[in-house]
Amino acid sequence: MSPDLLKLIFGRLTFESLPLHEPIVVGTFAVVATGGLIMVAGLTYFRVWGYLWSEWFTSVDHKRIGIMYMILGIVMLLRGFADALMMRLQQALAFGGSEGYLNSHHYDQVFTAHGVIMIFFVAMPLVTGLMNFVVPLQIGARDVSFPFLNNFSFWMTVGGAVLVMASLFIGEFARTGWLAYPPLSNIGYSPDVGVDYYIWGLQVAGVGTTLSGINLICTIVKLRCPGMTMMRMPVFTWTALCTNVLIVASFPVLTVVLALLSLDRYVGTNFFTNDFGGSPMMYVNLIWIWGHPEVYILVLPAFGIFSEVTSTFSGKRLFGYTSMVYATVVITILSYLVWLHHFFTMGSGASVNSFFGITTMIISIPTGAKMFNWLFTMYRGRIRFELPMMWTIAFMLTFVLGGMTGVLLAVPPADFVLHNSLFLIAHFHNVIIGGVVFGAFAGIGYWFPKAFGFKLDPFWGKLSFWFWVTGFYLAFMPLYVLGLMGVTRRLRVFDDPSLQIWFIVAGIGAFLVFLGILSMLIQFAVSFLRREQLKDVTGDPWDARTLEWATSSPPPAYNFAFTPVVHDNDAWWDMKKRGYQRPLLGFKPIHMPSSTGTGIILAGLATAMGFGLIWYIWWLAAASFIAMLAVGIGHTFNYHRDFDIPADDVIRAEDARTKLLAGAK
Amino acid sequence: MSRFKILALLPLAVALSGCNYVVLAPAGDIAAQQRDLVIISTVLMLLIVVPVMALTVLFAWRYRQSNTDARYEPEWDHSTSLELVIWSAPLLIIVCLGALTWMGTHLLDPYRTLGRIHADRAVDQSKAPLEVDVVALDWKWLFIYPDYGIATVNDLAAPVDRPINFRITASSVMNSFYIPALAGQIYAMPGMETKLHAVVNHAGTYRGFSANYSGAGFSGMHFNFQGLDDKDFDAWIASAKSGGGSLGRAEYLQLEKPSQNEPVRRYGTIDSDLYRLILNMCVETGKMCQSEMMAIDAKGGLGHEGLNNTLSLAYDKYARRGTALGPEPTFVAGTCTPEAPQGRTTASITAPLDTAPLLGAGLKRPTFTPLKSSSFFLGQRPKSDS
Repeated sequence: MSPDLLKLIFGRLTFESLPLHEPIVVGTFAVVATGGLIMVAGLTYFRVWGYLWSEWFTSVDHKRIGIMYMILGIVMLLRGFADALMMRLQQALAFGGSEGYLNSHHYDQVFTAHGVIMIFFVAMPLVTGLMNFVVPLQIGARDVSFPFLNNFSFWMTVGGAVLVMASLFIGEFARTGWLAYPPLSNIGYSPDVGVDYYIWGLQVAGVGTTLSGINLICTIVKLRCPGMTMMRMPVFTWTALCTNVLIVASFPVLTVVLALLSLDRYVGTNFFTNDFGGSPMMYVNLIWIWGHPEVYILVLPAFGIFSEVTSTFSGKRLFGYTSMVYATVVITILSYLVWLHHFFTMGSGASVNSFFGITTMIISIPTGAKMFNWLFTMYRGRIRFELPMMWTIAFMLTFVLGGMTGVLLAVPPADFVLHNSLFLIAHFHNVIIGGVVFGAFAGIGYWFPKAFGFKLDPFWGKLSFWFWVTGFYLAFMPLYVLGLMGVTRRLRVFDDPSLQIWFIVAGIGAFLVFLGILSMLIQFAVSFLRREQLKDVTGDPWDARTLEWATSSPPPAYNFAFTPVVHDNDAWWDMKKRGYQRPLLGFKPIHMPSSTGTGIILAGLATAMGFGLIWYIWWLAAASFIAMLAVGIGHTFNYHRDFDIPADDVIRAEDARTKLLAGAK
Repeated sequence: MSRFKILALLPLAVALSGCNYVVLAPAGDIAAQQRDLVIISTVLMLLIVVPVMALTVLFAWRYRQSNTDARYEPEWDHSTSLELVIWSAPLLIIVCLGALTWMGTHLLDPYRTLGRIHADRAVDQSKAPLEVDVVALDWKWLFIYPDYGIATVNDLAAPVDRPINFRITASSVMNSFYIPALAGQIYAMPGMETKLHAVVNHAGTYRGFSANYSGAGFSGMHFNFQGLDDKDFDAWIASAKSGGGSLGRAEYLQLEKPSQNEPVRRYGTIDSDLYRLILNMCVETGKMCQSEMMAIDAKGGLGHEGLNNTLSLAYDKYARRGTALGPEPTFVAGTCTPEAPQGRTTASITAPLDTAPLLGAGLKRPTFTPLKSSSFFLGQRPKSDS
């Protein structure tokens, strides 16, 4: 075939784009491919494809979508963590003239991918998944406001993840750091596909995130059950509301800034180049106007989880509910006023720097108030140290340290000596692992019985907990020390041999975290095998306080046979206290949304379009775009959007639960 | 596992003795003041962090489920006085820290000239500060000493107790200029200038590097910074002057090309205008300097006429700069400077017919000329690497 024809068909995709000369990548591919083949074969052998498609992939049930988000987050955690282990190993080895085992081409992709994956495809899915699963149950709703949109949002997030994963085996990923600052990320200095993978991976996933934010705001604002005023919402729902407001207000900024970068890269505009009057400083500002709220998007729901967990396991009302809510709202607003603290060193004047430094410190006031609120919730409580509560205590001890170093970095002159150092790396891992990850794990442990009807195995859970916590401290405390020695981030080789020991300790810490992740996977498997012993028939295994515990575990598709009516904060606790009787008669058909495959098809097309744009396969991009329009318009003619669950089915489901409850007593 | 942890901690204790906490024990007054702020802020925050951590452990232990002696008040969820304390305690700390921040940020603003060279010594006004122009290249540092007419690569020296005025820029991508022992870092950005004022108080050799990832050769982008007494510094200058070659525009364009782990180099003579040209991104001849562009734009710009004043890009740092769908890469052609009249370029720009002040919107629309053909006016099309 002529080169022109090849180029027309494959764009810039050639055989040389496949990293066949990189043994590490080929090895990884072999493992992933074998694993994938075994999984596909297994699924085919047990004939579960049809079940997966009709009950999960096309499901618009918020609970199933929430669970799929969690699975995505955990799968991507394995990839992101593999990157972390590779970095730790490289930095522990590359001393005294040794180049380590990764060249810069590879290493620079690894740290970029680590950051991108952990934030966008681990932390975001875990947080969104928990919100999706829990919020409608907590507010007594049957589903989210726009169930189809929810399914579509999830698959767009998966599409972005698929693009990022594809970059491992087809071409390469960005070598720019996780925020892809120009000029480095511009076409002049990154002419290959890496940054395009970055852009389109995030753009595709970003559509999902934004739409899911809109969906959850509508859900919380419009679908609360009777009696649940704003100031009676559970704190987790409050934090979810604030987080989604942040998502809707900040993700469009990310979309725009990446769109401007793609214009620079595709059509030669000069938004972020220095020639022709553009300025890379605009990119840095814009990306952090998204980036700082993003941090709070992740951590606010974690705060919500800790509030629920502390109150439940202390057997006590949450101390200072009102101030907790106001603290959340204040953090939401302030998170927009601090973005410049990420680049004090870019040369803004002293007044600008101190303004942003002080606004940053002000955020620590509501955050500190929250900390005290959890503390005084424990005070005069009866604390049960179940796994979620252990994660919460670990969070409280770890997060104050991370918060303290964060406020330290908000002092501009201190930032001048610590910015971009390993001290900074230690700080944000301290708050993100100590806050978001511990929070997600607390949430998983807490709501797992609600989702699956059995508790998680405590032995493997505790093992995982201790591995994680000690591993975290061993991995990141040395980085604080190295930062004080003036060691900067993203270095591939070192020549000062006295530093090596700290990197070895950090490496050991990372290995312990690896054991923690492994124990967690074993925990899931063991819990599944022991599901009969760990079974929860009451629907309320923790003697909890909010509405999601009023229904069965796992909840029926319709969540609540009758919409609950709320009279107080901690609605379910209040119902239990007043001797609530479950209604046993008078069930009616329940109106529910139907499953649809449109979401997964649209997201698949969007992913194909992204792939076409990355490789300059223009026909593919155009065809997928047109197909997306066609499918989208076609879906508007789909009139099979809802159905009624017959009253008989409801009666059957509720009677089964009545029997279970009777057996439990 | 606890045994494992102790094993891991053993070498830590050994390692602690041989470590160089440069951020906590710097050699320059600015870095020392920054260190003081780090310590004061940390102590201020520990005032609240330590009690919180202690209370967490205390409450978790005291109110554990098995301790039935402890009071249990499941409905207790509000106390106005306690709320006042938990909001005002962090507030007080932040008020103190905020005041400290405002003062510290202004006093230690890297753009501010030094008021003192040490805690107990004022600046000696009789000595002029040392001027150093810093350029971050891919992936090495160029230091130009305009007062001495020399330049070095990956080698920086300054006399002890003499203030140093750095002017900092970059050739291609963003870097960060950082010598932890001397002073905090500041970004080095192409086409832009940042400043840093600092002083070194103790003679010695310290490490400097880029603190902002800038591509493949980033790890090797470091240099030694020497604090020298006056005599040694003069000797250092003299050796640079006698030993080295010369750095002009052509040599710079060679030097600028990406290279990794560069050894020290010295240039005894330099083009005195070089730093200005680098900063204005017009080292290549025929390219309009940003300062000229800004001056033209400040007068209202060239309007549509400006479209014609572009040339195809000939020089390329990595690969072709053009994009898949966009036009051929171009740059703005230089107009004229007395030293470099660039006749060909200037010839194509005719004198304005209307002598009214240049206001972009008021100019007459030119007859359509495609971008690429602008070089026809100039009689020559630059060669392209691509």
